[in-house]
Amino acid sequence: MLGALIIVFREVIEAGLVVGIVLAATRGITGRGWWVSLGILLGVFGAGVVAVFAGAISNAFAGSGQELLNAAVLIIAVISLTWHNVWMAEHGRELAAEIRKVGADVSEGRKPITALAVVVFVAVMREGSEIVLFLYGIVVAGTGMTSLLTGGALGLLAGAALAALSYYGLISLPTRYIFSVTSVLITLLAAGMAAQAVRFLQAAGVVTALREKIWDTSWLLSDSSIVGRMLHVLVGYTAKPTALQLVAYIATLATMFVLIRVVRSGQPARHAH
Amino acid sequence: MRLLLAALLALSGPISQALAQDFSLTIKDHKFDPAELQVPAGKEFTLKVVNSDVTAEEFESDDVDVEKVIAGGQSATITLGPLDAGRYEFYGEYHEDTAKGALVAK
Repeated sequence: MLGALIIVFREVIEAGLVVGIVLAATRGITGRGWWVSLGILLGVFGAGVVAVFAGAISNAFAGSGQELLNAAVLIIAVISLTWHNVWMAEHGRELAAEIRKVGADVSEGRKPITALAVVVFVAVMREGSEIVLFLYGIVVAGTGMTSLLTGGALGLLAGAALAALSYYGLISLPTRYIFSVTSVLITLLAAGMAAQAVRFLQAAGVVTALREKIWDTSWLLSDSSIVGRMLHVLVGYTAKPTALQLVAYIATLATMFVLIRVVRSGQPARHAH
Repeated sequence: MRLLLAALLALSGPISQALAQDFSLTIKDHKFDPAELQVPAGKEFTLKVVNSDVTAEEFESDDVDVEKVIAGGQSATITLGPLDAGRYEFYGEYHEDTAKGALVAK
């Protein structure tokens, strides 16, 4: 049972942390609960679809279908996160100042929340499909099913608890810091996802440049440990990154930084009239 | 779409096969056969993992940095290396107790 709990929890970590951060980042935006729920629901549905077609996906594109699908959804998530952060940089000050007023402005508030709903969808779908396959395996095997399924359910609950913990941890910060902290978290999340997308593209053989590993810290913290997984999601930790992964990571950070700067510097002029 | 894929396969197949040396292992009853596989050090090669169980398995290795879900009754081919001489462990994430193995690069 404990084994099943740990396997499922390890898979749920990413989705749990992403949901927690997204909820904290969208505090005060009307309808966010609905959008996040929609993201989760579609993610669960998508996970089922991906699991059912696991064989077909795997065989597509000369056996690289799985890696390409992962890379594609990660890239979508990176774009969505970037867009959200840039949008928030533009409107964040108003949000922080008058949460209720902007919250009522549904049409404006909807823009970043749809982007983040996509991120939630992607995170749930990616990890969920592996959970579905694992649980299906348990059901087919039949032996010790109750105990294993209980473990799996507890693993899911632990993931939900992690989401709640990260959400309440973030919103317990003083209001004026929440926006900056969630922006930084989302930036790091995006950079980590970009690096992971590169890893999948390299695994698929689509990208062959800069494939050499630049360091190896697996002796210190392995990717498959719980702490390793959490840091993987939060800051993009990888025990053995390739040079191109590092390039993608830094490029994402730089892009986000420059875009936010540009948006912010354009603000006073626009608000003047 | 299928035609296009077939064309891509036909184009890419012979080239990668010419470059790489091929190895294979089978998952059966959530165990790897062979559990230990000798591979050449300092060379790129492909590893075909055949999953003959009905359930899916995730072929994973922290040592060689692989993570691939293989559906029941399917197989997956992974390009690995070049590896330094040494032992590289891998496992099946869904059945870590029994599905364990290693590549030995020489």
